[in-house]
Amino acid sequence: MLRTLVPILIAAATLGIVTGIAALMIVLLGQDWEDALLWLLSAVMIGSAVLVVTMRDIIRCGLAMIVCFGALAGIYVLIGAPLIGATQVIVYIGAISVLILFAIMLTQTKDAPRVLVFQSQSAAAAVASIIIATVVALAITATDWGELPQRVRLDTDELSRLLFTEGGNLLPFEVIGVLLLAAVIGGVFLAKREPGGPP
Amino acid sequence: MSNSLDAYLILSALLFSIGTFGFLARRNAISMLMSIELMLNAVNLAIVAFAAFGAFGATQEGVSRGSVIALMVISVAAAEATVGLAIIIAIYRNRRTPLVDEYDAMRQ
Repeated sequence: MLRTLVPILIAAATLGIVTGIAALMIVLLGQDWEDALLWLLSAVMIGSAVLVVTMRDIIRCGLAMIVCFGALAGIYVLIGAPLIGATQVIVYIGAISVLILFAIMLTQTKDAPRVLVFQSQSAAAAVASIIIATVVALAITATDWGELPQRVRLDTDELSRLLFTEGGNLLPFEVIGVLLLAAVIGGVFLAKREPGGPP
Repeated sequence: MSNSLDAYLILSALLFSIGTFGFLARRNAISMLMSIELMLNAVNLAIVAFAAFGAFGATQEGVSRGSVIALMVISVAAAEATVGLAIIIAIYRNRRTPLVDEYDAMRQ
């Protein structure tokens, strides 16, 4: 009982600390509320992403992934692309996460959470991912992005004109439709039970 | 902080490396698929950040052009998740395990 409560308590405490820092940033340092909101959302996103790859029970991994995608949708809205945020909520939280949760429930055996979660090469994988993060972060900070123009917020009118007109992206849009149809048919065919095969 | 491109790009790099670690280290096939979703989201965040800060041109058309790429990535990710999960369910039906290191039929 206590062992199941400990991660939840740690997560709640971390969330409290992060929210406190965000409130302090607004009150004491007098920063913009957008900065505080970005700090809060990115802390939630990175924290839940770490939980996705480290937690033992895979159902909880799926639920943490939903939290991660929700925070990312908030970041999209903060950047100035609310339509992308809405799409993220509809497609990722509404469709892909539910699909993954169903697949988890179809493929888990009773003893799955108890056996080892990580491969034997997990230490090397951790080192490699830390190196990737460091190198990319160094490259980002070392690059001079030039004079950044004033931020432009995404306008849905212009986006739909670009997406649905002949001179814009109409052909890729149609190709995406065919790709989704092929994926649906392929998924049904692959997961279909053969008559006389294993149940 | 929220007005610098660097912050969003570093956030994206962090998310991508967390996804890389999950893909390399987890034993469960569905966990690996979830890590791939994390990596795709990181790339999407980078694309949207570049578009919003005017890398495709600081006009409405430039921002929309980047957002169209992001929408395409999201829909391709949906197709990938469908087919990947169907493959995992088909393998599970034969091998009775979701752990990838026990899929060794081609090694024997």
